Amino acid sequence: MPTVHFTSNLTRHVDCPPTQVEGRTVRAALDEVFARVPRLRGYVLDDQGALRQHVNVFVNDETVRDRDRLADAVAPLDEVFVFQALSGGCR
Amino acid sequence: MRKTKAKAKATANVRAKTRPKTKVAAKVAAKRVAKAVTRAIKPVTRAIKKVARRAAPKRTAPKQIAYVATRKGLFAFQRRGLGWSAAAPAFLGEPVSAVLPDPSTGRLYAALRLGHFGTKLHRSDDGGTTWTELAAPAFPKQEEKDGEKKGSSVDMVWTLVPGGADEPEVLWAGTTPGGLFRSADAGKSWQLIESLWNDPARAKWFGGGYDHPGIHSVLVDPRDSKRIRLGVSIGGVWASSDGGATWRQSGNGMRNAYMPPDKAGEPATQDVHRMASPAVNPDVVWLQHHNGIFRSTDGGANFTEITKVAPSVFGFVVAAHPLDPKTAWFVPGVQDVQRIPVGGRLVVTRTQDGGSTFEAIGKGLPRQDCYDLIYRHGLAVDGAGEHLVMGSTTGNLWIGDKGGSRWSLVSGHLPPIAAVAWSG
Repeated sequence: MPTVHFTSNLTRHVDCPPTQVEGRTVRAALDEVFARVPRLRGYVLDDQGALRQHVNVFVNDETVRDRDRLADAVAPLDEVFVFQALSGGCR
Repeated sequence: MRKTKAKAKATANVRAKTRPKTKVAAKVAAKRVAKAVTRAIKPVTRAIKKVARRAAPKRTAPKQIAYVATRKGLFAFQRRGLGWSAAAPAFLGEPVSAVLPDPSTGRLYAALRLGHFGTKLHRSDDGGTTWTELAAPAFPKQEEKDGEKKGSSVDMVWTLVPGGADEPEVLWAGTTPGGLFRSADAGKSWQLIESLWNDPARAKWFGGGYDHPGIHSVLVDPRDSKRIRLGVSIGGVWASSDGGATWRQSGNGMRNAYMPPDKAGEPATQDVHRMASPAVNPDVVWLQHHNGIFRSTDGGANFTEITKVAPSVFGFVVAAHPLDPKTAWFVPGVQDVQRIPVGGRLVVTRTQDGGSTFEAIGKGLPRQDCYDLIYRHGLAVDGAGEHLVMGSTTGNLWIGDKGGSRWSLVSGHLPPIAAVAWSG
């Protein structure tokens, strides 16, 4: 099963330990985590359901290409990483 | 015979004295004893009370707290002796864009603008010791049309305002982009006011200061909670008389210097920097505009420009005396291309005669080499109109006593200050 990991910069706001999921796309994988931790959704996605501008998601070591629909594929042994971008921190 | 009579009388007296007492008589006697005892121990009781009074915490009116929303946390200051003491900051390191101590419910709200993770809203029911995250205002999801993204996302809660006294659970939030949101359950859920968001006239709004237009001022009429006026940067003044169901462009009489001459007076393109109204007379509206200072006496329908204000009419903030409709405070800067105090000397301009005359008050404020800017929500007056709190984008915080006649620096080392508010 794929595992979704979250940056510690996010876990200090919301308790979201590494989670094993069944989803086969980034969207499906994240939705499974959001179903368990509803508050997390608004930290990762914007109001329209796209990745927030300054959040990056990787599948293994590849950054996701589809930041709006999150249709990138996830294989059973893949690891999904949710990071904060280095941009966006100037506030 | 006489002896016999005397003996009989004496016997009767003895009988009377030794006669079993009635219940009433017993009570009277007991009261007499209790009174005697009370009298006897009175000095002791007094001494005990005196000690107890000294040991017990003094009962005084709740102390005013000045809340300060900064780029790196929410700070709270309380008067202590001649100075001010700071409580432990909340959300340390996080940008706080708005703070609302709601005096009617005792609740405290803080809006965060996290650089990476979006807009968040928190509420404290114990004065800021513990916090609970609430739902943040968010725009409804809109499906893509022709492959183009149409929907918006809240970038920042610019202002948080309580509803009227008759609706203690109601909150209003003005955001960038320019959305107005209402909560009917003390911030647990939010609804976009779609009647305003979908108004075709909103297409004339444009960004001022930020990339997108935003709603920074929400005035709820204390006489009628359904009468609401908004200040939009840039989009002028908007008004509703039915709690937000319908809206109309308001604010005639303003003029700008950044549009072609024919459009200088157009209400929809006025850059309202901040709007404030006295609780005692909400028909009076004070307005700091990008190009000057304006005042309305008809609830924001029509404005009159006030030009005789030294050292400058440029600024971002205005505070209205809650109890005196003729008194208001502004903080001037040079002009839009040089947003610093005139001559490096920070002053607060105050009128006490409805805008006919102004005085520039600098007592206690930097007299030279000062580059502080007081932003839209950086000045607040308390409920009595006696104390002001003022915070700058340079991170200086001042308290103004005696109606802003005399200022004192509370901290010179805070992060850039976005908003200030009094607990009451």
